Amino acid sequence: MNNLIASTAIKARQLTEEEIHEIEHEKTHYPYTQAVGLEALKIVQKYQGWVSDESLLAVSEYLDIAPDELEGVATFFNMIFRRPVGKNVILLCDSVACWMLGCDNLKEHISNTLGVDYGETTKDGLFTLIPVPCLGACDKAPVMMVGRETYTHLSTNKIDQIIAHIRDESPVELDN
Amino acid sequence: MATDKPLTKNIEIGRAPFNFKQYEAAGGYESVRKVVTMAPGDVVNLVKDAGLGGRGGAGFNTGLKWSFVPAPDGGPRYLVINGDEMEPGTFKDRLLIEHDPHLLIEGMITTCFALQAQTGYIFLRGEYTVCEERLLSAISEAYENGMLGRNILGSGFDLDIYLHTSAGRYICGEETALINALEGKRANPRAKPPFPQVSGLWGRPTVVNNVETICNIPGIVANGVEWYQGLGLGDFVGTRMSGVSGRVKNPGCWEVPVGITFRQLLEDYAGGMQDGYELKAFLPGGGSTDFLMPEHLDLPMDPGAVQKAGSRLGTSLIMVLDDKTCPVGCIRNLIKFFAHESCGWCTPCRDGLPWTEHMLNKLEEGTGSMKDIEILQEMTTYMGPGNTFCALAPGAAEPLQSGLKYFRDEFEAHVKHGCSYNKH
Repeated sequence: MNNLIASTAIKARQLTEEEIHEIEHEKTHYPYTQAVGLEALKIVQKYQGWVSDESLLAVSEYLDIAPDELEGVATFFNMIFRRPVGKNVILLCDSVACWMLGCDNLKEHISNTLGVDYGETTKDGLFTLIPVPCLGACDKAPVMMVGRETYTHLSTNKIDQIIAHIRDESPVELDN
Repeated sequence: MATDKPLTKNIEIGRAPFNFKQYEAAGGYESVRKVVTMAPGDVVNLVKDAGLGGRGGAGFNTGLKWSFVPAPDGGPRYLVINGDEMEPGTFKDRLLIEHDPHLLIEGMITTCFALQAQTGYIFLRGEYTVCEERLLSAISEAYENGMLGRNILGSGFDLDIYLHTSAGRYICGEETALINALEGKRANPRAKPPFPQVSGLWGRPTVVNNVETICNIPGIVANGVEWYQGLGLGDFVGTRMSGVSGRVKNPGCWEVPVGITFRQLLEDYAGGMQDGYELKAFLPGGGSTDFLMPEHLDLPMDPGAVQKAGSRLGTSLIMVLDDKTCPVGCIRNLIKFFAHESCGWCTPCRDGLPWTEHMLNKLEEGTGSMKDIEILQEMTTYMGPGNTFCALAPGAAEPLQSGLKYFRDEFEAHVKHGCSYNKH
């Protein structure tokens, strides 16, 4: 990471006022700033959609954490995106309870509908499809999240409705 | 008369959780009023005597765990709540937090007083967004009403509670890995000893407890040992969140007296198997437990009884494997999860799990050999207890080793024909 940055001359970007404000708030929760690293990455991701090299360097400089150490944290966690993602990240649970109730078929349906495999983003930038480990709603399997919203008792029909609602930007009113 | 459902008495699915005033009116925060009049050591002994076992899966006596914290030396001490629920098939902590967040906060205050800890962290799974919102609101209400902050109820005891939302890694459920994550590091487990009670978060005395464990504390402190022990059936103590997922009529999670049998949970609570499906086997408490068979259904859901049958009660949320689902495919799914979630620190886990997944893939696709089954058997030893820092790989080996024991013929049939079950 250090070498990469040195060789390609990637520079830290300026953190926004909102980002700094939220990072400062998190700092009050911990006696050491290193502990804020993951929180800061999540804050940046909330506003930017993902964590670019420029963002990672910005957080690294702001919190005085070595860039490679912060990169180690960023790449460790499933939900920190180090590549650009679509506006809506679909997290489809592929763990055992959802698998028993047909999540493989749902994955195929989403892939066919949106034209993306796991880890890919639709051409219009609206959706990224990612598998997620057990979402803790196994009694309502199969389940997925889109953004911060959890959808349960999924069927291909219900997935079509969710995708249509998100495309229209109308609120999703589905019985969960 | 005190309740017989201390964990779920305030829970009504479909209605918003109690706010501070409603929670207090229902008898909430009574344990805080009581605990500030007690000596901290007496609270630890009370919880020890109650016989409450940890609800994260290991089942260690909670009061005993607390008793290893050294006497206060004037420096910081921490309580950390493990709310990073990610064990496949486990959905109890989400239910408790979403529907009664104040119970967890009350349990934390009472526990922190017992430990003389002035800071508490809740380490919450990032995907639990509803829990996050409700906890933030409950914490802020607790501050407004003098249950958190300086000089709580005039006792001179100070306490701050912070919510940390994680970003998705199963290994964070391991307490030393969780501590590393909270410190802002990669969540690799630490060597024990030293145990966190002596040297945990930032090298200071730290207790890490599961959400459900701490939700038991208000009841025990408010109502006493005798009441708590009377909640269980026969010699068993307390209640426990237990649930069922898979092809049953009414999947869900309920608070049940400790000591009911798997059959009672499966039939009386979950309504039995769906029509057209038969019970083939079940995982008693999450993805990292050994399969049990229909002949084990009349065992009480107690850690000791389940251990004698060759498995672990784990998180006490059972997953049923029906007769139309491939056991090899089921194990492959579990191993894929563990391979993905291995932190990569120890070789048997980092290399053994993907290799195991690869062989299970071959069997499913019909390109496996008898030699693969032999190697899978060896893997259960290679990844077993004693070869790794933490319990991730040994846990992953449990469904595999019991699967090889109970479904050997099906593994061998996969060598000849591949998977003959309908795809899900």
